Amino acid sequence: MSEVMERRRPAAAGTPMLEVRNLEAWYGESHVLHGVNLEVHEGEVVTLLGRNGAGKTTTLRAVMGLVGRRSGSIRFRGQEVINERPDRVARMGIAYCPEERGIFASLDVTENLLLPPVVQEGGLDLDTIYRLFPNLKERARSQGTKLSGGEQQMLAIARILRTGAKLLLLDEPSEGLAPVIVQQIGHTIQELKSRGFTVLLVEQNFRFAQTVADRHYIMEHGRVVDMVRNEDLAASMDRLHEYLGV
Amino acid sequence: MAENLLLQALSGLASASSLFLVAAGLTVIFGVTRIVNFAHGSLYMLGAYLAWTLVTALPRGPLGFWGGVLGAALLVGLIGVLVEVLLLRRIYRAPELFQLLATFGVVLIVQDLALLVWGPQDLLGPRAPGLRGSVEILGLRFPLYDLFLIAVGPAVLGLLLLLFHRTRWGTLVRAATQDREMVGALGVNQRLLFTSVFFLGACLAGLGGALQLPRESVNLHMDLAIIVEAFVVVVVGGLGSLVGAFLAALLIGELHAFGILVFPRITLVLVFLVMAVVLVLRPHGLLGRPPEAPPAGAGGAEPPLRPAPPALRRLGAAALAAAVLLPPFADAYALSVLTEMAIFVLFAASLHFIMGPGGMASFGHAAYFGLGAYAAALLAKWAAAPMAAGLLLAPFAAGLFGLLFGWFCVRLSGVYAAMLTLAFAQIAWSVAFQWVEVTGGDNGILGVWPDAWAADPLAYYYLTLAFCLGATLLLRRVLHAPFGYALRAQRDSPLRAEALGVDAFQVRWLAFSLAALAAGIAGGFFAYAKGSVFPTALSIPRSVDALLMVLLGGVRTLSGPIVGAIAFTGLQEQLMRLVELWRLALGAVIVALVLFFPQGLAGAARAAYERRHGPAGA
Ligand SMILES: Nc1ncnc2c1ncn2[C@@H]1O[C@H](COP(=O)(O)OP(=O)(O)OP(=O)(O)O)[C@@H](O)[C@H]1O
Ligand SMILES: [Mg+2]
Repeated sequence: MSEVMERRRPAAAGTPMLEVRNLEAWYGESHVLHGVNLEVHEGEVVTLLGRNGAGKTTTLRAVMGLVGRRSGSIRFRGQEVINERPDRVARMGIAYCPEERGIFASLDVTENLLLPPVVQEGGLDLDTIYRLFPNLKERARSQGTKLSGGEQQMLAIARILRTGAKLLLLDEPSEGLAPVIVQQIGHTIQELKSRGFTVLLVEQNFRFAQTVADRHYIMEHGRVVDMVRNEDLAASMDRLHEYLGV
Repeated sequence: MAENLLLQALSGLASASSLFLVAAGLTVIFGVTRIVNFAHGSLYMLGAYLAWTLVTALPRGPLGFWGGVLGAALLVGLIGVLVEVLLLRRIYRAPELFQLLATFGVVLIVQDLALLVWGPQDLLGPRAPGLRGSVEILGLRFPLYDLFLIAVGPAVLGLLLLLFHRTRWGTLVRAATQDREMVGALGVNQRLLFTSVFFLGACLAGLGGALQLPRESVNLHMDLAIIVEAFVVVVVGGLGSLVGAFLAALLIGELHAFGILVFPRITLVLVFLVMAVVLVLRPHGLLGRPPEAPPAGAGGAEPPLRPAPPALRRLGAAALAAAVLLPPFADAYALSVLTEMAIFVLFAASLHFIMGPGGMASFGHAAYFGLGAYAAALLAKWAAAPMAAGLLLAPFAAGLFGLLFGWFCVRLSGVYAAMLTLAFAQIAWSVAFQWVEVTGGDNGILGVWPDAWAADPLAYYYLTLAFCLGATLLLRRVLHAPFGYALRAQRDSPLRAEALGVDAFQVRWLAFSLAALAAGIAGGFFAYAKGSVFPTALSIPRSVDALLMVLLGGVRTLSGPIVGAIAFTGLQEQLMRLVELWRLALGAVIVALVLFFPQGLAGAARAAYERRHGPAGA
């Protein structure tokens, strides 16, 4: 683990892998994002923190192209993707694991795992995935929804590792899970980081967030209102508590 | 006797096969795209016509025949792709009723195109080479071809199950059936997937039609006949379930085969009754599952009802003044059109009452219109009752049936509710159509003329205007009363409304019956205006008329149905007078309406008004 920490890179270098500028988004008539700005550099783990309804999920969905209408700019490796369909965004190398996990009930574990098309070289192979998530191997033939909550979460993460996508958008992977499982997911994220994945992580669980992330963005009312580096966390505690209302 | 029953059962199985092919296509398409494709029956009909053309054009012999049948199925698949790419792809996010309506527009278009290409006469195809004869079963002769058809159903089911469970494409389809958004987010091109699913579904329909060639003549009525049965099969089996569709097709096929022996007059009623019973016991069909999650982006919050802006009120007042003051100068034809408009305004307003503020879908509202018309006409015919009695009985009868049918219908929502209302309307239609002794069947009831005091067209017009407009305004009044609040509250959030003490079921039931009653008033006046009643008064096209009026006007505004009824009556009148192919024109109008004016005319006008003046009524 200490080795992982040492490999952390400075956040400011080079073009960001993901650069979001003035992102606005709507669900039907309701205006949900009012100009989100953030950037994620290659190899970083960055969290989006904020109260319920702040717009964290919507930010991830907007990046994937899953909201009704959006404006502003979303650049992935320098390329504008604001007008792309979800499947095109996925094929460019951004993978999404939604809050509700999106496991297909009528498919078994292997089918769920093999569903996403491979988009680039360099994805993990099935053996590595099963080594990371041994539970999934045991349950390979179970129906997707017969899995426990933790297993579903692992499956949802596991299936996007095969595709070769290097930027992972994870929405509250720790939600509703027992502490042991949360810990296991934390290890997984660190392992992914050490393998060169870049992660944008939505979290409510602040304690969990600080064990895995390099930087934290704070969202409020559809905007990013602050950014804190993990190493400055202790100094910024009061501010954070105020934002998050904990 | 036992042999006879066996043969009857076998012939039921043979018809079940084609029914299953069509229903399988319908259910597969629904599973992935969430669209109930009304035009699926048209694809079936095209399959039969194209097979006729190919088989008669190709050299005789097995190769020509089977090549023609398969070629027709593939061609229909391509036509399906065309429909998907040009039309459906643009409306995947539209409300369900819009989708149903758009595909009904395709039905109309295909009907006229088929008429143009193949003419109005029935076409007879050749018999299948190698399967011409019959076999002897328990001493009775049974057509070999039917035996072949019996095998086709399970064979196709098996192939489809293999396709869906053993191929990557099948895995993608099953995943998209559950959550198409997630499939897209994982990098699968949904457009290709949807188009390919539509191709498969259309091929199945085309194959079903083509395989009928040796059994029955090809004609222009095949589309609606099969689609209504396929709906029943799919809904009874559970939307999206292949095995369910197979079981239901067997059930319906057998029901037909034996129904003819037992109740030759009411086979249709029997079929729809079974469907109603299944839906009440299992609201999602035999093997259907409730949807996992509502499709994202569908629907959206309804805007509150707002009082009419002053400009609209002035316009309404002017229209009313014109409706009262101008008719004395109108000729007989214009008067009959105006009378019809007044009737349809009420008819449309009554449907809007449950659809808009009530949030319920009805695809069979003509049932209550027709029941009103029949009640009035039957009383006039069998009791020689005065007109007033007939006009009084009409809403009473329609309201009563509204209570009865509504008790079933308001339990369901979305497509299932639309299908059940359609089923009840078809029951009413088939009784009017088949019970010849009482209703006169297809010949209808003639000689339903107004009493002497209202015999003058102008007098009858004013009478109609007074009652229909009065009832329309009463419906509007109800919407702004506490009952109206409860109705809208249960539409927006049944749970929250119940928490506030609103009995959602009762409110919906009452609203449904009230709408039926109002439609009955319109129906009564319609009977006396025309002097006759025919089963068309409660047919599917009549129900679609009502839907069109509401959607043409716009479902979200109160003046929508009024504008829509007037526009639609005028439009249809002109189309039928001026254009030979009025179905084609009407179909094109429907499709254009759904594509370009999803808010309807009144909605578009309101939006334009608000762009200039800010929110109306604010
Ligand atoms: N499908 C939707 N339609 C309309 N409004 C929505 C929809 N989804 C979310 N919203 C609204 O958008 C805002 C932001 O929601 P979002 O889900 O992005 O919040 P979040 O930060 O992820 O919250 P949580 O921590 O509860 O997951 C909320 O006010 C919510 O009510
Ligand atoms: Mg969220």
